[in-house]
Amino acid sequence: MGMTMTQKILAAHAGLESVNAGQLINAKLDIVLGNDITTPVAINEFKKSGFDSVFNKDKIAIVLDHFVPNKDIKAAEQSKQCREFANLHSVSHFYDVGKMGIEHALLPEQGVVTAGDCIIGADSHTCTYGALGAFSTGVGSTDMAAGMATGMAWFKVPSAIKFVLKGKLSPMCSGKDVILTVIGMIGVDGALYRSMEFTGEGVASLSMDDRLCICNMAIEAGAKNGIFPVDHITMKYMESRCERTPVIYEADEDAEYERVIEIDLSKIVPTVACPHLPENTRPASELKNIKIDQVGIGSCTNGRMEDMETAYNILKGKKIADNVRCIIIPGTMQILRECVERGYVTAFIDAGAVVSTPTCGPCLGGYMGILAAGERCIATTNRNFVGRMGHVESEVYLASPATAAASAVTGYITDPTEA
Amino acid sequence: METKGRAFKYPDNVDTDVIIPARYLNTSDAKELAKHCMEDIDDTYVSRVQKGDVMVAGWNFGCGSSREHAPLVIKTCGTGCVIAKSFARIFYRNAINIGMPILECETAAEEISDGDEVKVDFDTGVITNITTGKTYKAEPFPPFIQNIIQKGGLLASLKEGK
Repeated sequence: MGMTMTQKILAAHAGLESVNAGQLINAKLDIVLGNDITTPVAINEFKKSGFDSVFNKDKIAIVLDHFVPNKDIKAAEQSKQCREFANLHSVSHFYDVGKMGIEHALLPEQGVVTAGDCIIGADSHTCTYGALGAFSTGVGSTDMAAGMATGMAWFKVPSAIKFVLKGKLSPMCSGKDVILTVIGMIGVDGALYRSMEFTGEGVASLSMDDRLCICNMAIEAGAKNGIFPVDHITMKYMESRCERTPVIYEADEDAEYERVIEIDLSKIVPTVACPHLPENTRPASELKNIKIDQVGIGSCTNGRMEDMETAYNILKGKKIADNVRCIIIPGTMQILRECVERGYVTAFIDAGAVVSTPTCGPCLGGYMGILAAGERCIATTNRNFVGRMGHVESEVYLASPATAAASAVTGYITDPTEA
Repeated sequence: METKGRAFKYPDNVDTDVIIPARYLNTSDAKELAKHCMEDIDDTYVSRVQKGDVMVAGWNFGCGSSREHAPLVIKTCGTGCVIAKSFARIFYRNAINIGMPILECETAAEEISDGDEVKVDFDTGVITNITTGKTYKAEPFPPFIQNIIQKGGLLASLKEGK
């Protein structure tokens, strides 16, 4: 029996010829990641267990992104704890304020992750790097501590669902609309414990930013990982940035999939996930008269350069609707810099939006855009659970940057193709 | 090992944001975090739960964020066990890694009512609803995972293996 792409990467990292779905393995890790929320818990566990050194300082990444620049004294203490640990162990990939970005926008951009890697991160959206053809999955802080100490992690080899993409996306549609459509189709536990392997001729029409966005939200379908094959677009993206040599794995032709789902990209429409689950999807065109109080454009899902460009193309020369706050958060310092250079920041400010330095902040209800009771936000983020962005009686609608920006101008949820 | 207590029933897709809202994640102090356990889905949980009580939920319990703070607060406020129809994978992993007992059992999760007296035997996977007299058998953990639990969590098992 052949192996899926994910199974091949896991077999190689476990030193095995082949693996089967359900098999428990120990695999070597190429990168172990944590942030300012999950790393302190990992450091406590690491110390409590008596470990005094990390397995490889070049294979650990610590990114301060959730509550930085520090939102309060306690957050400052957590950042300080991460900083001291990173300095003590000379962690190569430590990103503090001024260098940092939202981790899943930052690590691919900086070339820290590459094709063929086996990666764990103490953040659920670590599945993002599957876009580069890596096996990458979210874990907890104890797994991060164990990974930092030993360079290994245990995995149950996942089975997979294959998504065969065909056709091309229409204008105003992007990777976000694809993944929201998929989650609406299979549900928030539709890929529980499984890999989501994206394949087919339609892949070639998707940019790296689209693919990163699609893999980012694999966890929202319960998946262990999302993964794309490596093609010329991936190679071009990686060639100027990756520190390590990419290793290309391909699924076997006779690989076994639990389910095969065909997605016609040309039929994807601007899609919105209504409160309070990412699976509650509706075409944006069907949502009429839903008034919004806030718009958020950014996050590890949609804070990349193409997302900023989309927002710019819609907002330039326009005004944010009365009584709407529009918060734009470029994902990394490099993206922020490019937004400044291209004149996007000026256009955003002229439209009446605010632009922040990179942070996860409002996406998880941390700071920089918390909602009051009864308020409604359309956001390019990844979760719309009860209380996710603030008060338990607030509401979050998930959408693409195009839909969010078009809605910011009208003050109502708006299909960008009709704007 | 076993636990005995009252059942607290919750629906499908209980996410980590309602188990421990991110606004409290500016600390890693388990006792302080535990004051807010389940706050956004049941703000009476912390005041009502007694040591050994059992959380009973539907499909996909613990979905969302990878925050280990979620199983940690459930454990810290005295909950003896979580029984669910299924668990989100990161929550499942985290619970095992920190030694928070969890069991997957669809029929038990379906049939146990809020307030029932429940006993759970972790070695055999047998769940007894003392109120109704019915018993259920949960899927046992594979030996690899049982070993982690017996050693008291992932790091303890690694230290022992060194």
